[in-house]
Amino acid sequence: MKTPVELKYSKTHEWVRFISDTEAEVGLTDYAQNALGDLVFVNLPEVDAEAVKEETICDVESVKAVSDVYAPVNGTVSEVNEELLDAPEKINSDPYGAWLFRLTDVSDCDDLLDADAYAAFCESEEN
Amino acid sequence: MTFKTPLYEEHVALDGRIVDFAGYFMPVQYPTGVIKEHMAVREKAGLFDVSHMGEVTFKGRDALANLNRILTNDYTNLKVGRVRYGVMCYEDGGCVDDLIVYRRGEDDFFVVVNASNRFKDVEWMKAHLEGDVKFEDVSDQYAEIALQGPLSGEILSPYTELPEKYYSFIDTEILGKKVILSQTGYTGEYGFEIYCAPEDAVYLWREILKDERVIPCGLGARDTLRLEASMPLYGHEMDETISPLETGLDFGVKMNKDFIGRDAIAARKNRHRIGIRMTGRGIAREHNDVYLDGRLIGHTTSGTHCPYLKGAYAMALVDEAYEPGTKVEVDVRGRRIEGEVTKLPFYKKEK
Repeated sequence: MKTPVELKYSKTHEWVRFISDTEAEVGLTDYAQNALGDLVFVNLPEVDAEAVKEETICDVESVKAVSDVYAPVNGTVSEVNEELLDAPEKINSDPYGAWLFRLTDVSDCDDLLDADAYAAFCESEEN
Repeated sequence: MTFKTPLYEEHVALDGRIVDFAGYFMPVQYPTGVIKEHMAVREKAGLFDVSHMGEVTFKGRDALANLNRILTNDYTNLKVGRVRYGVMCYEDGGCVDDLIVYRRGEDDFFVVVNASNRFKDVEWMKAHLEGDVKFEDVSDQYAEIALQGPLSGEILSPYTELPEKYYSFIDTEILGKKVILSQTGYTGEYGFEIYCAPEDAVYLWREILKDERVIPCGLGARDTLRLEASMPLYGHEMDETISPLETGLDFGVKMNKDFIGRDAIAARKNRHRIGIRMTGRGIAREHNDVYLDGRLIGHTTSGTHCPYLKGAYAMALVDEAYEPGTKVEVDVRGRRIEGEVTKLPFYKKEK
Protein backbone atom coordinates (compact mmCIF):
# COMPACT_ATOMS: atom_id res chain seq x y z
CA MET A 1 0.00 0.00 0.00
CA LYS A 2 1.36 3.38 -0.98
CA THR A 3 1.14 6.45 1.28
CA PRO A 4 3.12 9.31 -0.26
CA VAL A 5 4.82 11.38 2.45
CA GLU A 6 3.88 14.76 0.95
CA LEU A 7 0.15 14.12 1.48
CA LYS A 8 -2.15 14.30 4.50
CA TYR A 9 -4.82 11.70 5.23
CA SER A 10 -8.18 11.30 6.93
CA LYS A 11 -9.42 8.29 8.88
CA THR A 12 -12.18 7.96 6.27
CA HIS A 13 -9.47 7.22 3.66
CA GLU A 14 -9.30 10.44 1.69
CA TRP A 15 -5.95 12.06 0.90
CA VAL A 16 -5.37 15.83 0.87
CA ARG A 17 -2.69 17.57 -1.20
CA PHE A 18 -2.20 21.18 -0.12
CA ILE A 19 -1.64 23.56 -3.02
CA SER A 20 -1.39 26.51 -0.61
CA ASP A 21 -2.47 27.07 2.99
CA THR A 22 -6.09 27.47 1.93
CA GLU A 23 -6.28 25.40 -1.27
CA ALA A 24 -6.23 21.62 -1.51
CA GLU A 25 -6.88 18.66 -3.77
CA VAL A 26 -8.73 15.61 -2.45
CA GLY A 27 -8.79 11.99 -3.60
CA LEU A 28 -9.18 8.44 -2.35
CA THR A 29 -6.23 6.57 -0.89
CA ASP A 30 -4.61 3.44 -2.23
CA TYR A 31 -6.04 1.57 0.77
CA ALA A 32 -9.54 2.82 -0.09
CA GLN A 33 -9.38 1.91 -3.77
CA ASN A 34 -8.10 -1.54 -2.92
CA ALA A 35 -10.86 -2.10 -0.37
CA LEU A 36 -13.54 -0.87 -2.77
CA GLY A 37 -12.39 -2.94 -5.72
CA ASP A 38 -12.94 -2.00 -9.37
CA LEU A 39 -14.55 1.43 -9.49
CA VAL A 40 -17.10 1.94 -12.24
CA PHE A 41 -18.89 5.16 -11.35
CA VAL A 42 -18.05 8.50 -9.76
CA ASN A 43 -20.66 10.97 -8.63
CA LEU A 44 -18.73 14.24 -8.22
CA PRO A 45 -19.85 17.23 -6.13
CA GLU A 46 -21.06 20.47 -7.71
CA VAL A 47 -18.62 23.32 -8.10
CA ASP A 48 -19.26 25.90 -5.31
CA ALA A 49 -20.67 23.18 -3.05
CA GLU A 50 -19.71 23.58 0.58
CA ALA A 51 -17.50 20.84 1.96
CA VAL A 52 -18.20 20.16 5.62
CA LYS A 53 -15.58 18.13 7.39
CA GLU A 54 -16.62 14.50 8.06
CA GLU A 55 -19.84 14.85 6.06
CA THR A 56 -20.60 13.11 2.77
CA ILE A 57 -19.58 15.19 -0.23
CA CYS A 58 -19.89 12.74 -3.09
CA ASP A 59 -19.85 9.02 -3.77
CA VAL A 60 -18.11 6.38 -5.81
CA GLU A 61 -19.38 2.99 -6.88
CA SER A 62 -17.55 -0.24 -7.40
CA VAL A 63 -19.07 -3.16 -9.27
CA LYS A 64 -20.61 -4.36 -6.04
CA ALA A 65 -21.41 -1.35 -3.91
CA VAL A 66 -21.78 2.38 -3.37
CA SER A 67 -19.40 4.13 -1.03
CA ASP A 68 -19.62 7.67 0.35
CA VAL A 69 -16.69 10.05 0.13
CA TYR A 70 -16.34 12.35 3.13
CA ALA A 71 -14.92 15.85 3.16
CA PRO A 72 -11.61 15.56 5.05
CA VAL A 73 -11.59 19.32 5.80
CA ASN A 74 -13.93 22.31 5.51
CA GLY A 75 -13.87 24.30 2.30
CA THR A 76 -15.61 25.22 -0.94
CA VAL A 77 -15.45 23.06 -4.06
CA SER A 78 -13.66 25.07 -6.75
CA GLU A 79 -13.11 22.40 -9.38
CA VAL A 80 -14.02 18.75 -10.02
CA ASN A 81 -12.05 16.19 -12.00
CA GLU A 82 -14.47 15.55 -14.85
CA GLU A 83 -11.97 13.24 -16.49
CA LEU A 84 -12.97 10.63 -13.90
CA LEU A 85 -16.59 10.57 -15.07
CA ASP A 86 -15.61 8.51 -18.08
CA ALA A 87 -12.60 6.85 -16.48
CA PRO A 88 -13.36 5.97 -12.86
CA GLU A 89 -10.84 3.12 -13.12
CA LYS A 90 -8.07 5.75 -12.83
CA ILE A 91 -8.84 5.83 -9.11
CA ASN A 92 -7.76 2.18 -9.00
CA SER A 93 -4.74 2.50 -11.25
CA ASP A 94 -3.42 5.85 -9.97
CA PRO A 95 -5.15 6.76 -6.70
CA TYR A 96 -2.86 9.69 -5.90
CA GLY A 97 -3.08 11.14 -9.40
CA ALA A 98 -6.85 10.75 -9.69
CA TRP A 99 -7.99 13.71 -7.59
CA LEU A 100 -11.75 14.02 -7.17
CA PHE A 101 -12.18 17.72 -6.39
CA ARG A 102 -10.29 20.84 -5.39
CA LEU A 103 -11.20 23.07 -2.45
CA THR A 104 -10.63 26.72 -1.59
CA ASP A 105 -11.10 28.40 1.81
CA VAL A 106 -9.78 25.25 3.43
CA SER A 107 -9.99 25.13 7.22
CA ASP A 108 -10.07 22.72 10.14
CA CYS A 109 -7.18 20.55 8.96
CA ASP A 110 -5.21 20.16 12.18
CA ASP A 111 -6.13 16.56 12.89
CA LEU A 112 -5.28 15.15 9.46
CA LEU A 113 -2.79 12.31 9.67
CA ASP A 114 0.65 12.23 8.14
CA ALA A 115 1.71 9.27 6.01
CA ASP A 116 3.15 7.18 8.83
CA ALA A 117 0.20 7.74 11.14
CA TYR A 118 -2.21 6.90 8.34
CA ALA A 119 -0.35 3.72 7.42
CA ALA A 120 -0.45 2.68 11.09
CA PHE A 121 -4.17 3.49 11.20
CA CYS A 122 -4.86 1.28 8.15
CA GLU A 123 -2.92 -1.54 9.72
CA SER A 124 -5.06 -1.29 12.87
CA GLU A 125 -8.22 -1.37 10.71
CA GLU A 126 -7.04 -4.61 9.16
CA ASN A 127 -6.71 -6.32 12.53
CA MET B 1 -21.87 -21.38 12.28
CA THR B 2 -20.09 -20.64 9.06
CA PHE B 3 -18.79 -23.54 6.96
CA LYS B 4 -15.64 -23.79 4.91
CA THR B 5 -15.60 -25.54 1.56
CA PRO B 6 -12.79 -28.03 0.85
CA LEU B 7 -11.16 -25.24 -1.18
CA TYR B 8 -11.14 -22.62 1.58
CA GLU B 9 -7.37 -22.81 2.15
CA GLU B 10 -6.81 -22.40 -1.60
CA HIS B 11 -8.81 -19.16 -1.59
CA VAL B 12 -6.81 -17.84 1.34
CA ALA B 13 -3.54 -18.82 -0.36
CA LEU B 14 -4.68 -17.03 -3.53
CA ASP B 15 -5.36 -13.92 -1.43
CA GLY B 16 -9.11 -14.10 -2.07
CA ARG B 17 -11.28 -11.63 -0.18
CA ILE B 18 -13.38 -13.90 2.01
CA VAL B 19 -16.98 -13.15 2.97
CA ASP B 20 -19.70 -15.11 4.72
CA PHE B 21 -22.13 -16.08 1.98
CA ALA B 22 -25.11 -18.32 2.70
CA GLY B 23 -23.30 -19.71 5.73
CA TYR B 24 -20.03 -20.40 3.90
CA PHE B 25 -16.73 -18.53 3.89
CA MET B 26 -16.41 -17.82 0.18
CA PRO B 27 -14.10 -15.65 -1.95
CA VAL B 28 -15.96 -12.63 -3.32
CA GLN B 29 -12.96 -11.77 -5.50
CA TYR B 30 -9.25 -12.39 -5.88
CA PRO B 31 -6.65 -9.61 -6.28
CA THR B 32 -7.35 -9.59 -10.04
CA GLY B 33 -10.69 -7.90 -9.30
CA VAL B 34 -14.27 -8.47 -10.38
CA ILE B 35 -13.97 -6.85 -13.81
CA LYS B 36 -10.98 -8.92 -14.97
CA GLU B 37 -12.53 -12.08 -13.54
CA HIS B 38 -15.77 -11.32 -15.36
CA MET B 39 -13.97 -10.66 -18.64
CA ALA B 40 -11.89 -13.82 -18.27
CA VAL B 41 -15.10 -15.86 -18.35
CA ARG B 42 -16.47 -14.00 -21.38
CA GLU B 43 -13.19 -14.22 -23.31
CA LYS B 44 -11.14 -17.15 -22.00
CA ALA B 45 -11.93 -19.14 -18.87
CA GLY B 46 -12.53 -18.71 -15.15
CA LEU B 47 -12.64 -21.23 -12.33
CA PHE B 48 -15.17 -20.95 -9.49
CA ASP B 49 -15.55 -22.82 -6.23
CA VAL B 50 -19.28 -23.47 -5.93
CA SER B 51 -18.99 -26.23 -3.35
CA HIS B 52 -21.49 -24.39 -1.18
CA MET B 53 -24.29 -25.52 -3.51
CA GLY B 54 -26.51 -28.26 -2.09
CA GLU B 55 -27.10 -31.67 -3.69
CA VAL B 56 -29.87 -34.15 -2.97
CA THR B 57 -30.88 -37.43 -4.59
CA PHE B 58 -34.24 -39.01 -5.35
CA LYS B 59 -34.06 -42.73 -6.04
CA GLY B 60 -36.67 -45.46 -6.48
CA ARG B 61 -39.69 -46.45 -8.50
CA ASP B 62 -41.60 -43.28 -7.57
CA ALA B 63 -38.67 -40.84 -7.77
CA LEU B 64 -39.92 -39.37 -11.05
CA ALA B 65 -43.49 -39.01 -9.81
CA ASN B 66 -42.24 -37.18 -6.72
CA LEU B 67 -40.16 -34.74 -8.75
CA ASN B 68 -43.06 -34.10 -11.10
CA ARG B 69 -45.35 -33.36 -8.16
CA ILE B 70 -42.91 -31.27 -6.09
CA LEU B 71 -41.34 -29.31 -8.98
CA THR B 72 -42.87 -27.09 -11.66
CA ASN B 73 -41.14 -28.72 -14.62
CA ASP B 74 -41.96 -32.09 -16.18
CA TYR B 75 -39.15 -34.65 -16.00
CA THR B 76 -41.03 -37.52 -17.64
CA ASN B 77 -39.21 -37.25 -20.95
CA LEU B 78 -35.86 -36.20 -19.46
CA LYS B 79 -33.31 -38.62 -20.86
CA VAL B 80 -30.67 -40.29 -18.75
CA GLY B 81 -27.57 -38.09 -19.06
CA ARG B 82 -29.51 -34.87 -19.40
CA VAL B 83 -30.18 -31.95 -17.06
CA ARG B 84 -33.32 -29.86 -16.70
CA TYR B 85 -34.13 -26.67 -14.77
CA GLY B 86 -37.09 -26.39 -12.42
CA VAL B 87 -38.67 -24.45 -9.60
CA MET B 88 -40.08 -25.73 -6.31
CA CYS B 89 -43.19 -23.85 -5.16
CA TYR B 90 -45.26 -23.44 -2.04
CA GLU B 91 -49.02 -24.09 -2.23
CA ASP B 92 -49.56 -20.34 -2.69
CA GLY B 93 -47.33 -20.24 -5.76
CA GLY B 94 -44.34 -18.53 -4.16
CA CYS B 95 -40.93 -20.09 -4.72
CA VAL B 96 -39.18 -22.39 -2.24
CA ASP B 97 -36.14 -22.50 -4.53
CA ASP B 98 -34.99 -23.03 -8.09
CA LEU B 99 -32.77 -25.96 -8.99
CA ILE B 100 -31.46 -28.27 -11.68
CA VAL B 101 -32.22 -31.98 -12.00
CA TYR B 102 -29.79 -34.55 -13.41
CA ARG B 103 -31.20 -37.88 -14.52
CA ARG B 104 -28.55 -40.50 -13.74
CA GLY B 105 -30.81 -43.52 -14.29
CA GLU B 106 -34.47 -44.30 -14.93
CA ASP B 107 -35.13 -44.08 -11.19
CA ASP B 108 -32.09 -42.09 -10.10
CA PHE B 109 -32.06 -38.27 -9.95
CA PHE B 110 -29.43 -35.85 -8.66
CA VAL B 111 -30.75 -32.39 -7.80
CA VAL B 112 -28.66 -29.26 -7.22
CA VAL B 113 -30.12 -26.52 -5.03
CA ASN B 114 -29.04 -23.10 -3.79
CA ALA B 115 -26.70 -23.09 -0.80
CA SER B 116 -28.80 -20.58 1.08
CA ASN B 117 -31.91 -22.77 0.74
CA ARG B 118 -30.41 -26.19 1.29
CA PHE B 119 -31.88 -26.99 4.72
CA LYS B 120 -35.26 -25.40 3.93
CA ASP B 121 -35.41 -27.36 0.65
CA VAL B 122 -34.53 -30.64 2.33
CA GLU B 123 -37.29 -30.15 4.91
CA TRP B 124 -39.81 -29.28 2.21
CA MET B 125 -38.87 -32.20 -0.02
CA LYS B 126 -38.93 -34.69 2.86
CA ALA B 127 -42.35 -33.45 3.97
CA HIS B 128 -43.80 -34.04 0.50
CA LEU B 129 -42.42 -37.45 -0.42
CA GLU B 130 -44.89 -40.16 -1.39
CA GLY B 131 -44.58 -43.83 -2.34
CA ASP B 132 -41.44 -45.76 -3.15
CA VAL B 133 -38.68 -43.15 -3.07
CA LYS B 134 -35.42 -42.86 -1.20
CA PHE B 135 -34.43 -39.25 -0.60
CA GLU B 136 -31.00 -38.19 0.63
CA ASP B 137 -29.14 -34.92 1.24
CA VAL B 138 -25.72 -35.70 -0.23
CA SER B 139 -24.34 -32.13 -0.10
CA ASP B 140 -21.47 -33.10 2.15
CA GLN B 141 -20.36 -35.85 -0.23
CA TYR B 142 -19.67 -33.42 -3.08
CA ALA B 143 -17.48 -30.46 -3.82
CA GLU B 144 -18.35 -28.48 -6.95
CA ILE B 145 -16.03 -26.56 -9.25
CA ALA B 146 -17.27 -24.58 -12.26
CA LEU B 147 -15.01 -23.95 -15.24
CA GLN B 148 -16.69 -21.32 -17.38
CA GLY B 149 -15.68 -19.56 -20.57
CA PRO B 150 -15.16 -20.21 -24.28
CA LEU B 151 -11.86 -22.07 -23.74
CA SER B 152 -13.14 -24.37 -20.99
CA GLY B 153 -13.68 -27.30 -23.35
CA GLU B 154 -10.15 -27.05 -24.74
CA ILE B 155 -8.77 -26.84 -21.22
CA LEU B 156 -10.58 -29.94 -19.97
CA SER B 157 -10.40 -32.12 -23.05
CA PRO B 158 -6.84 -33.42 -22.49
CA TYR B 159 -8.07 -35.00 -19.26
CA THR B 160 -11.52 -36.31 -20.09
CA GLU B 161 -14.23 -36.76 -22.64
CA LEU B 162 -16.78 -33.96 -22.48
CA PRO B 163 -20.58 -33.91 -22.34
CA GLU B 164 -21.34 -32.73 -25.85
CA LYS B 165 -24.59 -30.90 -25.45
CA TYR B 166 -25.68 -27.99 -23.28
CA TYR B 167 -27.47 -29.36 -20.22
CA SER B 168 -26.07 -32.86 -20.58
CA PHE B 169 -23.63 -34.68 -18.29
CA ILE B 170 -21.43 -37.74 -18.00
CA ASP B 171 -20.01 -39.80 -15.15
CA THR B 172 -16.31 -39.79 -15.86
CA GLU B 173 -12.82 -39.33 -14.45
CA ILE B 174 -10.61 -36.27 -14.58
CA LEU B 175 -6.95 -36.98 -13.77
CA GLY B 176 -8.02 -40.20 -12.13
CA LYS B 177 -10.70 -38.63 -9.94
CA LYS B 178 -14.31 -39.71 -10.28
CA VAL B 179 -16.60 -36.83 -11.20
CA ILE B 180 -19.98 -35.92 -12.56
CA LEU B 181 -19.19 -33.52 -15.40
CA SER B 182 -22.00 -31.43 -16.85
CA GLN B 183 -22.17 -28.75 -19.50
CA THR B 184 -23.99 -26.29 -17.28
CA GLY B 185 -23.26 -23.06 -15.46
CA TYR B 186 -24.50 -19.78 -14.14
CA THR B 187 -22.61 -17.30 -16.28
CA GLY B 188 -24.39 -17.30 -19.65
CA GLU B 189 -21.18 -18.70 -21.15
CA TYR B 190 -20.09 -22.07 -22.48
CA GLY B 191 -18.67 -24.10 -19.62
CA PHE B 192 -18.73 -27.04 -17.29
CA GLU B 193 -19.56 -27.92 -13.72
CA ILE B 194 -17.57 -30.65 -11.99
CA TYR B 195 -18.95 -32.52 -8.98
CA CYS B 196 -16.24 -34.45 -7.17
CA ALA B 197 -15.46 -35.95 -3.78
CA PRO B 198 -14.46 -33.23 -1.27
CA GLU B 199 -11.03 -34.81 -0.82
CA ASP B 200 -10.32 -34.54 -4.57
CA ALA B 201 -11.31 -30.89 -4.91
CA VAL B 202 -7.96 -29.31 -4.07
CA TYR B 203 -6.09 -31.53 -6.53
CA LEU B 204 -8.50 -30.82 -9.40
CA TRP B 205 -8.61 -27.10 -8.58
CA ARG B 206 -4.81 -26.82 -8.61
CA GLU B 207 -4.38 -28.91 -11.76
CA ILE B 208 -6.91 -26.86 -13.72
CA LEU B 209 -5.34 -23.59 -12.51
CA LYS B 210 -1.96 -24.74 -13.85
CA ASP B 211 -3.35 -23.88 -17.28
CA GLU B 212 -2.37 -20.26 -17.73
CA ARG B 213 -5.53 -19.54 -19.71
CA VAL B 214 -7.62 -19.93 -16.54
CA ILE B 215 -7.90 -17.57 -13.58
CA PRO B 216 -9.79 -18.14 -10.33
CA CYS B 217 -13.01 -16.13 -10.03
CA GLY B 218 -15.06 -15.21 -7.00
CA LEU B 219 -18.72 -14.78 -6.19
CA GLY B 220 -18.60 -11.11 -7.24
CA ALA B 221 -17.95 -12.07 -10.85
CA ARG B 222 -20.43 -14.94 -10.59
CA ASP B 223 -23.10 -12.37 -9.72
CA THR B 224 -22.21 -9.85 -12.44
CA LEU B 225 -22.01 -12.65 -15.01
CA ARG B 226 -25.40 -14.11 -14.13
CA LEU B 227 -26.95 -10.64 -14.06
CA GLU B 228 -25.44 -9.69 -17.42
CA ALA B 229 -26.89 -12.95 -18.78
CA SER B 230 -30.17 -12.07 -16.99
CA MET B 231 -30.36 -15.32 -15.06
CA PRO B 232 -32.64 -15.06 -12.03
CA LEU B 233 -31.21 -15.49 -8.54
CA TYR B 234 -33.24 -16.78 -5.62
CA GLY B 235 -33.78 -14.03 -3.05
CA HIS B 236 -33.74 -11.42 -5.80
CA GLU B 237 -35.76 -12.23 -8.93
CA MET B 238 -37.74 -14.86 -7.05
CA ASP B 239 -38.62 -15.65 -3.47
CA GLU B 240 -41.51 -16.93 -1.40
CA THR B 241 -43.65 -13.95 -2.46
CA ILE B 242 -42.97 -14.18 -6.21
CA SER B 243 -44.34 -16.90 -8.50
CA PRO B 244 -42.13 -18.43 -11.20
CA LEU B 245 -44.43 -17.11 -13.92
CA GLU B 246 -44.29 -13.58 -12.54
CA THR B 247 -40.52 -13.69 -12.83
CA GLY B 248 -40.69 -15.01 -16.38
CA LEU B 249 -39.72 -18.65 -15.90
CA ASP B 250 -42.52 -19.94 -18.13
CA PHE B 251 -40.15 -22.37 -19.88
CA GLY B 252 -39.66 -24.23 -16.60
CA VAL B 253 -43.29 -24.31 -15.50
CA LYS B 254 -45.55 -26.95 -17.08
CA MET B 255 -49.12 -25.94 -16.32
CA ASN B 256 -50.54 -29.01 -18.07
CA LYS B 257 -49.51 -31.34 -15.22
CA ASP B 258 -50.35 -31.32 -11.54
CA PHE B 259 -47.77 -29.94 -9.13
CA ILE B 260 -47.67 -28.16 -5.78
CA GLY B 261 -48.61 -24.52 -6.29
CA ARG B 262 -50.03 -24.87 -9.80
CA ASP B 263 -53.53 -23.58 -9.08
CA ALA B 264 -52.22 -20.59 -7.17
CA ILE B 265 -49.74 -19.79 -9.94
CA ALA B 266 -52.54 -19.97 -12.54
CA ALA B 267 -54.68 -17.59 -10.50
CA ARG B 268 -52.08 -14.86 -10.22
CA LYS B 269 -49.89 -13.10 -12.66
CA ASN B 270 -49.82 -9.54 -11.51
CA ARG B 271 -46.18 -8.80 -12.13
CA HIS B 272 -43.59 -9.18 -14.84
CA ARG B 273 -39.82 -9.28 -14.87
CA ILE B 274 -38.28 -6.73 -17.21
CA GLY B 275 -34.76 -5.60 -18.02
CA ILE B 276 -33.67 -2.00 -17.70
CA ARG B 277 -30.59 -0.41 -19.22
CA MET B 278 -29.63 2.74 -17.35
CA THR B 279 -29.28 5.60 -19.83
CA GLY B 280 -28.67 8.31 -17.21
CA ARG B 281 -25.66 8.51 -14.95
CA GLY B 282 -26.09 6.07 -12.10
CA ILE B 283 -26.14 2.42 -11.18
CA ALA B 284 -29.43 0.87 -10.07
CA ARG B 285 -29.08 -1.74 -7.33
CA GLU B 286 -31.72 -4.03 -5.86
CA HIS B 287 -34.89 -2.60 -4.25
CA ASN B 288 -34.82 0.69 -6.14
CA ASP B 289 -38.27 2.02 -7.10
CA VAL B 290 -39.09 2.16 -10.82
CA TYR B 291 -41.31 4.91 -12.25
CA LEU B 292 -43.09 5.40 -15.56
CA ASP B 293 -44.26 8.97 -16.20
CA GLY B 294 -43.97 9.65 -12.48
CA ARG B 295 -46.05 6.61 -11.50
CA LEU B 296 -44.51 3.87 -9.37
CA ILE B 297 -44.66 0.63 -11.42
CA GLY B 298 -42.42 -1.70 -9.39
CA HIS B 299 -38.91 -2.15 -8.07
CA THR B 300 -35.57 -3.49 -9.17
CA THR B 301 -34.58 -6.97 -8.02
CA SER B 302 -30.87 -6.85 -9.00
CA GLY B 303 -28.70 -4.24 -10.62
CA THR B 304 -25.06 -3.59 -11.25
CA HIS B 305 -22.49 -2.36 -13.69
CA CYS B 306 -22.09 -5.09 -16.33
CA PRO B 307 -18.41 -5.27 -17.27
CA TYR B 308 -18.74 -6.90 -20.70
CA LEU B 309 -21.62 -4.68 -21.85
CA LYS B 310 -19.90 -1.72 -20.14
CA GLY B 311 -23.03 -0.21 -18.70
CA ALA B 312 -25.43 -0.28 -15.79
CA TYR B 313 -28.27 -2.79 -16.07
CA ALA B 314 -31.02 -3.92 -13.72
CA MET B 315 -33.85 -6.41 -13.63
CA ALA B 316 -37.15 -5.30 -12.14
CA LEU B 317 -40.55 -6.67 -11.19
CA VAL B 318 -43.22 -4.34 -12.50
CA ASP B 319 -47.00 -4.27 -13.06
CA GLU B 320 -47.03 -4.81 -16.84
CA ALA B 321 -44.86 -6.35 -19.55
CA TYR B 322 -43.56 -3.05 -20.90
CA GLU B 323 -42.14 -3.03 -24.41
CA PRO B 324 -38.41 -2.60 -25.02
CA GLY B 325 -37.68 1.07 -25.55
CA THR B 326 -40.12 2.27 -22.90
CA LYS B 327 -38.53 5.10 -20.92
CA VAL B 328 -38.54 4.68 -17.16
CA GLU B 329 -36.87 6.29 -14.16
CA VAL B 330 -35.18 4.49 -11.30
CA ASP B 331 -34.83 6.06 -7.87
CA VAL B 332 -31.16 5.55 -7.05
CA ARG B 333 -30.55 6.80 -3.51
CA GLY B 334 -32.91 9.73 -3.91
CA ARG B 335 -31.97 10.63 -7.49
CA ARG B 336 -34.26 9.73 -10.39
CA ILE B 337 -32.04 8.22 -13.06
CA GLU B 338 -33.29 7.58 -16.60
CA GLY B 339 -33.43 4.09 -17.96
CA GLU B 340 -34.94 2.19 -20.85
CA VAL B 341 -36.75 -1.13 -20.89
CA THR B 342 -34.46 -3.60 -22.67
CA LYS B 343 -35.04 -7.10 -23.96
CA LEU B 344 -33.84 -9.97 -21.76
CA PRO B 345 -31.26 -11.44 -21.72
CA PHE B 346 -28.94 -8.42 -21.79
CA TYR B 347 -26.11 -10.67 -22.95
CA LYS B 348 -26.34 -13.85 -24.98
CA LYS B 349 -23.26 -15.75 -26.08
CA GLU B 350 -22.63 -16.23 -29.77
CA LYS B 351 -23.50 -19.70 -30.99
